[in-house]
Amino acid sequence: MTRDAIRDLILEIIEDIDEDADFDTLEADKPLRDQLDLDSMDFLDIVMELRKRHKLQIPEEDYPELATLDSCVNYLEPLLADA
Amino acid sequence: MPVSFSQTADQYDVVVIGSGLGGLTSANRLAYCGYKVLLLEYHSQLGGLATWFKRKGHIFDVSLHGFPYGMVKTCKKYWNREIMNSIVQLKNIIFDNPQFQLKTTFDRVDFTEKLISYFKIPKTTIDAFFARVAGMNFYDDQSMTTRELFNEYFPGRSDVHRLLMEPISYANGSTLDDPAITYGIVFSNFMNKGVFTFEGGTDKLIKMMTVELEKCGVTICTNCKVDRIIVEQGKVKGVECRGKVIAAKSVVSNSGITNTIHNLAGRDAFSDTFMEKADKVRVNNSSCQVYIGIKEDEGFDDIGDLLFTSKAAEFSSTELCDLHTKSKTFSVYYPKTRPGHNRHTIVASMNANYKDWEAFSDEQYGQEKESLIQRTLLDLERYLPGAKEKIDWIEAATPRTFNRYTLHTRGTSFGTKFEGLDISRNIFKEVGGLFHVGSVGIIMSGWLGAINYGVIVSNDVDAYMRSND
Repeated sequence: MTRDAIRDLILEIIEDIDEDADFDTLEADKPLRDQLDLDSMDFLDIVMELRKRHKLQIPEEDYPELATLDSCVNYLEPLLADA
Repeated sequence: MPVSFSQTADQYDVVVIGSGLGGLTSANRLAYCGYKVLLLEYHSQLGGLATWFKRKGHIFDVSLHGFPYGMVKTCKKYWNREIMNSIVQLKNIIFDNPQFQLKTTFDRVDFTEKLISYFKIPKTTIDAFFARVAGMNFYDDQSMTTRELFNEYFPGRSDVHRLLMEPISYANGSTLDDPAITYGIVFSNFMNKGVFTFEGGTDKLIKMMTVELEKCGVTICTNCKVDRIIVEQGKVKGVECRGKVIAAKSVVSNSGITNTIHNLAGRDAFSDTFMEKADKVRVNNSSCQVYIGIKEDEGFDDIGDLLFTSKAAEFSSTELCDLHTKSKTFSVYYPKTRPGHNRHTIVASMNANYKDWEAFSDEQYGQEKESLIQRTLLDLERYLPGAKEKIDWIEAATPRTFNRYTLHTRGTSFGTKFEGLDISRNIFKEVGGLFHVGSVGIIMSGWLGAINYGVIVSNDVDAYMRSND
């Protein structure tokens, strides 16, 4: 999966969680939690959805890697290389 | 609708034991993920402590006293929009005690205003306190107690301590000596937007949840007490219920954590190291309640939705649990609570200790229950003059009642103290495929805590099941 495709995947999952999420002003290097109305339960939803769609197992200690859109892409790129 | 036990299959992906809000949510999430799920409930009704009962035309809610706004998002994401749309705000929260009397919407804006104008606390202190509790996480350092937190921001102000602590003690059984994070997380949740309730009552919520579970394909059986969880070579094999063995790759126990370990899986299923920690888990306190039904043609004007009342000079966690406590809450249910059901009911709740009630003889027990009812009526008179003449039903529940209906160890109403969380979350690392969901660690309790924890545990189950595929 390309970096752009991973980015779209994350945004798509977030949109499913919160259809009112506004991506227009989203800064990729700033925490998603501060910019969108996401809480720790929402991040759990992202983890569950990634497992469902791509059989990805993200251990709890790696959850902080999902903090920003950029860090999500960096973390997932090697994991989704063959997807 | 629940099916007869004879219709259960011999094998499921997941068996959920118990149908409290945590168990219901886990069952729903796992079925939604595509697993074949069986839900077994000991009682005749689903819901666990999220329950209700009917007397003489009245419907009494046992644990519907108010939850935080977070419930809206949680119900939308993990149940459905219809459930979410029934959530409404309770705007009149009343405090009445020898130190202060006030009415509040119980949110940050109104609390800030009250703390400034009524309690004369500088705004900078209030803001700093709110910022501090809002930033708390469950994995933070837990050495600081709530008492120490209060003394840091509001030293010597027992009135402020009472305002901040009393409602949370009723919400999750925490005391001034529990870790400050257990207080801060729950208090912040409420302060977000105030207190909310479920229009239509607990019966409507559980009915809606049952419909959703059936839509997702969960098989539900009530009146089914699981006798044991079968563990072989460190892994879950299934459950035994009414003499039948039902195989399952995972078992989610929504029975209390202490029950799960001691009475369902058995101590032998666990290592000594694990048991050493598990034996240190303290269960939380229990409750007493008095259920009061108002005559159909009586009714009364608005006296508030939730009243925190006390005649004790100062707040004390011990006084709150005393057999003859002078502190209680009144949850008032108006016809608007259950549109179409034109009744007023009142539920008085007190915190209580199981040990104070367990030793009574039948005669003493009856006397103490009657005295509890009389004390409650006397207290209610302050807020509803002539209450005695207006009622046509009154009865009491004690820690023994809670124990009988829920099987909770020592009738606990709020699960375990903080250390229970770690045991609950890691039990599947000890016995493969064995999970626990339910009130633990103070923070994972209450309606919102229980539902969210149901989601957290389903995530663990899903990860386990997929890694074993």
